[in-house]
Amino acid sequence: MIHMKINGMPVEIEAGSNILAAAKKVNVNIPTLCYHPDLPAWAACGLCVVKQENSPKLLRACAAPVVENLSVITHDAELYQIRKTVLEMILSTHPSSCLTCGRNGTCELQRFAAEFGIREQPYEIRLTDLPKDTSTTSIVLDPTKCIKCGRCVQVCQQLQGVYALEFIGRGDNTVVSPAAGLPLNDSPCIKCGQCSAHCPVGAIFEKDDTREFVRAISNPDKHVVVQIAPAVRVALGEAFNLPVGTITTGRIYSALRRLGVDKVFDTNFSADLTIMEEGTELVKRLTTGVGAIPQITSCCPAWTDYMEKYYPDMIPNFSTAKSPMMMQGAITKTYYAQKANIDPAKIFSVAIMPCTAKKFEISRDENMYASGFADVDLVLTTREFARLIKASGIDFAVLHDEPADSPIGMYAGAATIFGNTGGVMEAAIRTAYTLITGEELADVNITAVRGMDGVRTGEVDVKGTKVRVAVAHGMANVSTLLEEIRSAREQGAEPPYHFIEVMACRGGCVAGGGQPYATTDDIRGKRIAGLYTDDEKSVYRCSHNNPEIKQIYADFLEKPLSEKSHHLLHTTYTERKIYKK
Amino acid sequence: MSRIKEEKGFSDELIAFITEWKSKPGNLIMILHRVQQEFGYISRDSADTVALMLDIPLASIYGVLSFYHFFKLTKPGEHNIQVCLGTACYLKGGEGLVDEIKNLLGLELGGVTADGKYSLEGVRCVGCCGLAPVMTVSGEVFGKVTKDQLPGIISKFN
Repeated sequence: MIHMKINGMPVEIEAGSNILAAAKKVNVNIPTLCYHPDLPAWAACGLCVVKQENSPKLLRACAAPVVENLSVITHDAELYQIRKTVLEMILSTHPSSCLTCGRNGTCELQRFAAEFGIREQPYEIRLTDLPKDTSTTSIVLDPTKCIKCGRCVQVCQQLQGVYALEFIGRGDNTVVSPAAGLPLNDSPCIKCGQCSAHCPVGAIFEKDDTREFVRAISNPDKHVVVQIAPAVRVALGEAFNLPVGTITTGRIYSALRRLGVDKVFDTNFSADLTIMEEGTELVKRLTTGVGAIPQITSCCPAWTDYMEKYYPDMIPNFSTAKSPMMMQGAITKTYYAQKANIDPAKIFSVAIMPCTAKKFEISRDENMYASGFADVDLVLTTREFARLIKASGIDFAVLHDEPADSPIGMYAGAATIFGNTGGVMEAAIRTAYTLITGEELADVNITAVRGMDGVRTGEVDVKGTKVRVAVAHGMANVSTLLEEIRSAREQGAEPPYHFIEVMACRGGCVAGGGQPYATTDDIRGKRIAGLYTDDEKSVYRCSHNNPEIKQIYADFLEKPLSEKSHHLLHTTYTERKIYKK
Repeated sequence: MSRIKEEKGFSDELIAFITEWKSKPGNLIMILHRVQQEFGYISRDSADTVALMLDIPLASIYGVLSFYHFFKLTKPGEHNIQVCLGTACYLKGGEGLVDEIKNLLGLELGGVTADGKYSLEGVRCVGCCGLAPVMTVSGEVFGKVTKDQLPGIISKFN
């Protein structure tokens, strides 16, 4: 433990912490722009400078480690002026078009400009006029607003291991961009949107599709059907000042009906369906020896894109099961359309997702049109959905709960934990156990696969048979697991694992690239706790016990991995170049 | 490696150099220098090849390539014209020479003429400030250059 002083107040803190953390301990907030707790300190912006007592030197609180007997001044008249100057300099290269910016009201730079009472711009204004990169269907890069804090570059490289973004050029002319002046869509970008979730300003943001949604609900010829992803229900409340992790499922259903949606379904139903298909596929691989071991989950479109580019040799290991969103889309325009006697051509299928990659997934290949139409027509992120609700005058925080519609709206607890790291694994184990043994698990809480470590491994005892499992989240963490598999394969050794779950974003979809801003590990933890609470409160905990799941197999799909399932619910993968051009 | 030689045109010496430096820290700039020495610039294809040989992301290579003015991303002309824009030459009218050459050849700084004959770049100090303003064409130095001398100097290399 290190003993030091912040503004004269004694602080005891673990060695290796930074001054920001020490200040937090005594309820002092030091302003930061480039620093983000998910990332190593970068010391780019200079806003967090503090004074060391009896020293003329200024320290950057994000990068300076705590030292025994260190005494730090975090706020005084001089530091106030320095910070104000830093802000004025940043603002001299940043457009003042806040009113039409996607980050209006959530921008970190705007917040500091307000707090520091910036009223004048004393420095020469020098803006760039570089064009926006709108090449992907997921995220937009606007270089004119970039403050070169470097968060996106660090996220893309360190957290995600993707290396789509890099600082290109130097000095004034530096831009954040893919290599060789390529547009994002031709780069290795996996569309995870973590850059947009970490950008402090409006330089990287989700492609806004709310207008298309409004157009659909106001079109009387369209039958608008909406599904919501597991992670949305524990994050949306943050946009309405509800405590982090509040479960708002019933309020979301209610809000959707007020928005004018015709049917309110739930991606969670198809998460259960995914477990039936993927779980059966796993049992088949384990018991018949047909298909590669380990089986790797394929729900995450950013991960799928990454695998196709960086690890195409793992294609045989990928579960052929589509993501829950795409399954839900396919059965919406087939099973539901038949049941409700609606022409699928008139159905407009919308998905509310915590994820920007989902916007890309809906047209990633021809398998996404299994119903004969676009299985999902539109994806809105949690952030877009929050804006829509606000603009529609719906007092979300106090709405009454409503149920989802039948026949593809009911879900088991296993489905809702798809939104967090380890959740798909846990849900799959619950059902695979029953598929293998014919018995129900005595305790469905598989705590061994829970937690926040980037890579977690363990063994699950299925009546004497040891099933080796591994979970990875945060795309950069996956390489250790995949290298293990590769080297076992090259040596002809037994695979180190039977089943692997991968989610591209740290914490899983709860911290997806389309979720409310300011996500940290603390917030991830609270959202995950919300999902486990939702699971525990569920009437059914296991996917195979969901009555609507039983019904869809009895009435429509016959059985998991049936011909119809294969056509609608499964997909294929293709090796792709890391750079398209 | 033979594929890199045949398809990418990397010489045996270059391949040996990269192989030797592959695992040494701080190797990237040195390797890129050698690639540019061999080709006169670093093409996308060469950058891809270096990325593959060193097993590093292409983005990291472009981060370095775009940071240092020394590295050229486009193939220079048959005759590369360098106009000094260091302090002395700048004060003595280096920029005016650049503008005039732009007009005469119809290209921009860092550009190449359509026929691939000439390229133009601004450089910092050639080391003979006493002759300011200075320019070089294909390595030949011209001092105390005036605008009206430019057509003659250029045509010398035609």
